This record gives sequence, structure tokens and C-alpha cells, in this order.
Amino acid sequence: MEVIRSQKRTPSNDTVSNPKIPLYLTAPQMEVRLEEFELFAVDRLRVLKGVSDGLARGRNPKEMDDLVDTLWKEHMRDPDASVMFNKDIISHFVLRLVYCRSDELKKWFLSMETALFRHRFRLQNFEAQRAIVGEFGLPYKAVTGAELEGLKERLGQVVRSLGQISPTVEAVYYKVPFEEVPDLVASRRVLIQKGYAFVAGSQLVSLVVTQFRSHISKALILTNRKWTTTIQEREKDRLTPIVEALSTSYLGPDYSQSTEYAEISLKDIDQVAKSSFPLCMRHLFEKVREDHHLKHGGRMQLGLFLKGVGLKLDDALAFWRAEFTKKVGSERFDKEYAYSIRHNYGKEGKRTDYTPYACQKIILSAPGAGDHHGCPYRHFSEDNLRAALGRMGLSSRGMEGVMDQVRNKHYQLACTMTFEAVYGTSCDAGINHPNQYFEESQKILKSKTPPAPV
Amino acid sequence: MVREEAERRGDDTMIDAPQITNPKPEDFFNVHYLRIYYGNLFPYTDIHKWLSYGHDGKHPGCDEYYFGRREFSFTLENDVYLRYKSFKSVSSLEHAIKSCFPYKIDIGAVYSVDPDKRHAYSQTGTNVFTPVERELVFDIDITDYDDVRYCCSGADVCSKCWPLMTVAIKVIHTSLKEDFGFKHILWVFSGRRGVHCWVCDPKARRMTNEQRSAVAEYFRVYKGNENNARKVALMGYSLHPFLARSYVDFLKGFFEGELQANQSIFSTKDKYDKILEMISDEDIQSELREKWEKSANRSSLSEEAISLVRWDQLKNTLQSKKHKAPTLRMCVEEIVFTFAYPRIDLEVSKQMNHLLKAPFCVHPKTGRVCVPIDPNNCDEFDPLAVPTLSQLIEEINSGGSKMDVDDDDDDDDTDTSILGKSIKFFRSSFLEPLLKSCKEEIESLYKTKIGKSKDSFSW
Repeated sequence: MEVIRSQKRTPSNDTVSNPKIPLYLTAPQMEVRLEEFELFAVDRLRVLKGVSDGLARGRNPKEMDDLVDTLWKEHMRDPDASVMFNKDIISHFVLRLVYCRSDELKKWFLSMETALFRHRFRLQNFEAQRAIVGEFGLPYKAVTGAELEGLKERLGQVVRSLGQISPTVEAVYYKVPFEEVPDLVASRRVLIQKGYAFVAGSQLVSLVVTQFRSHISKALILTNRKWTTTIQEREKDRLTPIVEALSTSYLGPDYSQSTEYAEISLKDIDQVAKSSFPLCMRHLFEKVREDHHLKHGGRMQLGLFLKGVGLKLDDALAFWRAEFTKKVGSERFDKEYAYSIRHNYGKEGKRTDYTPYACQKIILSAPGAGDHHGCPYRHFSEDNLRAALGRMGLSSRGMEGVMDQVRNKHYQLACTMTFEAVYGTSCDAGINHPNQYFEESQKILKSKTPPAPV
Repeated sequence: MVREEAERRGDDTMIDAPQITNPKPEDFFNVHYLRIYYGNLFPYTDIHKWLSYGHDGKHPGCDEYYFGRREFSFTLENDVYLRYKSFKSVSSLEHAIKSCFPYKIDIGAVYSVDPDKRHAYSQTGTNVFTPVERELVFDIDITDYDDVRYCCSGADVCSKCWPLMTVAIKVIHTSLKEDFGFKHILWVFSGRRGVHCWVCDPKARRMTNEQRSAVAEYFRVYKGNENNARKVALMGYSLHPFLARSYVDFLKGFFEGELQANQSIFSTKDKYDKILEMISDEDIQSELREKWEKSANRSSLSEEAISLVRWDQLKNTLQSKKHKAPTLRMCVEEIVFTFAYPRIDLEVSKQMNHLLKAPFCVHPKTGRVCVPIDPNNCDEFDPLAVPTLSQLIEEINSGGSKMDVDDDDDDDDTDTSILGKSIKFFRSSFLEPLLKSCKEEIESLYKTKIGKSKDSFSW
């Protein structure tokens, strides 16, 4: 792109066959006006933020397809198809500059662009999809003849295991090394034999998305290098300020620094847990008090949450020590647990100040035997969840609304409804972080006089 | 045989090995024994050969720095933990171990640069300190099965519950070979109550964290803790071929045979209530409960026979009623999977930088050596018969075996010591085939590289 003169680019292959979704393989050679540079990027950022929000609210794949369709039409559409296409490409490359500059930014951008690509791909018809697969130059052969015959029975078993009552096997299957379709392997949605996965035509999305993600990931590293070595300095009076501003307008609060609402002390902690903790943290907290122990997953989830609510390191050490020493003794506590508490506060090892987990991360965790972390709306059985909600003070009517959300797998909406029922107010923003739940709760309680613990 | 020889010889250079009548922890494991073990018995050369994967410097295609980029960690007496240790050669590894006699040795990943020197490299740019290769590993621990074994709990293990590990090995090993096509798989006893698996194919070592996670999730069936009752949920109209094969070839037979015999899972109300709770239909639960309560005192059958009868009744009831709800469709299989299917520790497998205990280490709580297990004969493996430090030392005392474990001589068939058998197995069934394949790979990669550079000069 001509805005950045120092980069040599070859003409883009993207416009040649004009597929509906560009693959962003190389930056195009074209002139871009400075205003467009920023405006296009901001519009794309609105789309990416919408995607992020949808994922955080636990939208299912069909809902995400619709959301992406809406967002794209709202922010990226242009009556002139070639202008729209160029905007797509330019905005992507500008945002690469913005988001290549740190690991956290890279991770966010990669996740959102991949999700965007995935859902845009799903919205295409089969022919368009096949064309895109071809664009990636994937050398996968279709399985035919005797080999396919030999696999038919087991392929049918796979189809039935996924909920289809009749074992109709698709016409086309691709033989792909299993490493290239990790999500299909993980969910046992494909037959695997001698290192190869047999991917149905309709499952192409997975293949393609993996390729896309891998390509963008590598590109971000290269872009970062170019940025730090040449571009940042050269453009310090022109593009650099724009690029830097674009990223900070973005991330939602990460709760790693506690705010004025949230300095809690050890003596208040039991009361505050009852009045302001979301269900996940309340459960963990009660278990610590009851068992005088928590396994690693629980210690991380609760420990970082407490840090986010403003529990100071010394108070945190005192809290965990008071409970754990009842079970394991003071010496073992110092040896085995104190280190990792200090580690969480950034006082040991590489001294990263770890951020408390957001709902999306907690929902995706996998509590096993003896664990109490995770999201109760997802991980508890219906009976246990009802009992826990009862203890939080929900009426049976309030509970039905929550259980309904749970059945539809809208765990964060379930938590939001719980919040609304407990505090008697509506929460339009929706809960997507346990520390957000805590802060909103504290705001409400402090504005009422006198504060009423549940 | 060994003892008779000892009595005849009357060796007077006895190494201190106390009679174990009322064993105390120090009798199993102490620094003194460790010195002898690491001084004379630990197979340094074999471990070095394994982890060098053919890069022994004898071929121009070898990477002579490969071994030096592997992370080891030592845990010393007093819980001192030393990470990021690396060694240029087998002699520096040996020297380091013999200078501090670690209680535990862990093996980590192969990094982009010597772990020892990682601080010399910045975290950005091209020379980042990051893992580049690491075996695909699995850790199965019997404490994760505490909710389905009645003979022991916690750190104990016995001949009645160990078969859970055996069936886990069979299921996972078969899948690694048949489904994923892996060839170089090492199974190791963890020393007390579990097993570790090391998949060493080049493809496996180069897997990304995401791919490792995918394989771990592929193996995952049991999802639960005390907060949910139905911990295995098999949806759909049939089992995935991998689960179906595991069920038919291993799990069903094990459940209806050995498991019932050892654990009698239906014999008391507490036990069978737990199983009834897995059935998501209250009416069926009550029907069976009533039936069994009535028959509780009347039966003259053994515990095992009662269990089998009740299992048959449960199966028949579910078979006739399975159309009532989708969650009943595979309830029988769910119960079998809950009890018998492998429960791996996902976190161990998912990340390249996760450290895992080295084979041939000694477990501090039991004094047993972490010996390899033959997956094709794992029914024969007995965790309570694994050599302990004190046994090995007695063996040295009696001088009844050849102790040259580090001997490079591959034709050495005279080593009949207890540890020697394990080492021989390690060499012949794992190390030799692995090294052969590694060398072939190094050669062919080298030929390709030479071929390419030749081409670049051709006009």
C-alpha cells in the first residue's frame, strides 16, 4: 500500500479471481488516503468488537453467523463492490500494524479475525467455499473408490455419533493429516486412522480456518518486526500516532488494577463474599472455608479474582494461610502454596502481573475430579445449580428464567439474570467478567443507605 | 538364587542395607541409597541416547547441540527445585547428577537455545527462548479414580484396582498406534500409583500446544467432579468408532469380568445407589432400587455373583426402556465408561513446556524405580513387585549380578540383575527401533538439503 513507502509489495493475488472473502495473503499495491487509513480501520474495529462481544455472551455458531452478517453490512458495506473489497483489505492491513505490537494485542486480533473469517466462510455457499479452499492451495485429495468403501461403515458411525439417526455418509471426504484439523479431532467429529482424519465436505470450515489462523499468526510476527525496526520511527509524525491511538480505544477493562470501589480487607471478606460475589466465586470461597483447601484451578480462579477486587498481597497470604494451615500445616503452606500466591501478584518468576479470568475463559475451563472452579451455570447439574441459586436468595420464579438461559447455553446471560434478581435492577451491559459483577454490585450496595448484605 | 550365592561368599564389603521388619520411610529411600543408585545403576548412556534422537555427531546431518537444548529439572533434598538445567553431553549430565543426587529428575522440552543460557537472549526478535520440540506425554494417576474404586483411596494402590491402569494403557496405546499412527511409544511406571506415556515420533515431538490439546480432548470422556452426577454423557445414536472399539475390545470385558470381581460394585446399597444416580430416569431408578432392596438379605450368593445378577437386571431394564429419553440411549455404555475408561490429566499433555518425571528415577515415597511397562504385556505388570532401592542394593551386596549397566555393548546378555531386565527391555523394544528411525530421518533430511543446494548451483 502506498501509504507506507518503505515496504516493497508484489501485486496482490486477491483481486484476480475476486473471491468474496480475501485471504490477506499479500498487501495490495494501491494508494490510500490518510483519512481512509484511519476511517476504514475504525469501521473494521467496530466489527471485531461486535464479534468479541458476541463470543463473550456465549452466542452459538448460528447466532454468530447472523451477527457477523449484520455487523459487516452495517460497517463495511459500500454500493461499489470494488470499493467494498478494497476497504476490507486495507482495513485488515492497517489493523495488523495496530495489533502486532504486543502479545496480548496479537492474541486478541488473531482470535477475532479468525472468528470473523470462520463465520463469513460459513455464510458462503458450497461452491464459493470450495473456491476458497482452492485458494489456500491445500493439497488434500478426495477419498474415492475402494478406500472410501472400506471406511463407509465407520464414517457412518461418526455421523450417527454426532446425532444424525441415519448413517448417510457424504459424497466427498478429504484425507487430511490430523494435525491440521485440531478442533474436529478434539470433538471427535472425524474418523481418524493412521494419522489421517477423514473430513467431510461440510466440515471444510475447520480446515480452512486453521490455515487462515496460522497464516495471520505468522504475518503478525513479521509485521511486528517491520514495525519496530523501520516503520514506527519513520512514521512518527504521520501514521504512528494514529496506530497507537487505535489500539488503546479498544480493550475493555481487564481489572488487573483495582478501582476505588474495590479495596477490601480481610475482616470484611466473608460479608462481602455473601453480598457481592458472583456465584462462581461464592462457591469457591465457601469451599475454601469448608474444606480448608482448593485444587490448583480453583486457587487460580479465586485468587486472581480476589486480587482484582483489591485484596492486597499480605491479606491474600493471610487468608489462604489461615485456611490451608488447618489442613496442611504451616510448613507445607510456605513450601507449596505461598510461592504461587506471590507469583500471581507478579512478585516471583518472570513477574507478570496476571489478570483475573473473564467469563469466557472460566466457561471454557474443564473442572475435573475434586475441582470447584469453572462456571456453575455451565458445570453444575441442574439440581446443584438450583440449590446454589436458592442460597443466593432467588425465588422459584426468578430461578426459572435463569434455568431457561442455562438450557440454551447462555451462561453469561444466566449470571446476568441472577444479578438482576438479587439486586432488583437491570444490567443492560451484561455480565462478562466476575470482577465486573463485583464492581456493579458494590456500586449498587453503596448507593443504598444503609448497605444491605444478602 | 542370588541369596544362596551371598551366603556362600560371605562378602565383607557390605553396603548398609537394614532388615526391613517395621519399615520406616527412610528405609525405602534416603540419600545414602540414592548415592549408590546414581553412582552405579542409573542408565545414563541409554537416557542420553534416547534424548539425543540420533544426533550423536556421527553423521554430517547431526545437530551436535540438540541434546544441550533440552531442559532438565532437579528436585533436591529439602524441596529445593532447580529448573532450566541443561547439559552438553552425557558426562556433564552424569556429573551433575552425581554431585547433588536429586530426589527427582524431570525432563522438559527442547528449546530454541540452551535453557542454561536463556537470559542471554532477548524476548523479542528472532532469538526468542521458546520450546521447539517435546514428546507427546500422558499422565494417568489412580487417585483420579477414587470415586470408582472401593479397595483403596488416595496414594494406595493394590492388585484389585491396578487393573484400571492396565485397561487405560490398552485403550490409549491402541489408539495412539491405530488412530494417530504413532510408532515410538514408551510407557513408564510412575513409581507409586500411576503411569506415564511418552510418544517420541518426530511428528509427535513437533506438535503445537493446540494439537496436543486436541489429542487430549479426543481422549477425554469423563467430565466431572462432585458437582454433577452424570459425569459421562454419550450423546448421539452410536459411539464414535474409537470409543466403540475401546468398548468392545477392552472396556466391556473388563467391566463385566475383572472389575466386578474385584470391586463388587452392586453389592451394597451405598455402592449401587451411586450407579443408579447415573440413570436419568427416576422411575427406572426406583424400580431397580426396590428390586434390590428386597433381595438384599435373601440371597445366598457371593458378593460377586450378586453384582453380576444386578448388572444383568440393570441392562435388561434399560434395554427395554431406552426409547423413553435420549439420555437413556447409551446409559449402559455410560456406566461402563464411568468406571473403566482412562482418565488422563489433561494439563500435563497440553503444553510443551510441562515437565515430567524421567524414567528410571526413584519415587521418594516408595523407593521404587520408575521402570518401563510393556504395553503388549501390561496384564503381567505388578506395581508391588517393581524393584525398590533397598532390593537393588541388597543385590549389589550379594554381588550376584553384573552391574555394568552403562556398558555400551548391545550384545550384553549376561546382565540378569533385576534392573537389568528393565533396561534391556527399554533398549530392545523402544530405544533401538527409535534410533534406527531417527537416523534414517537425519540421513534423508541431509540428502534433501544437499540435493537442494546442488540444484541452486545448476544453471
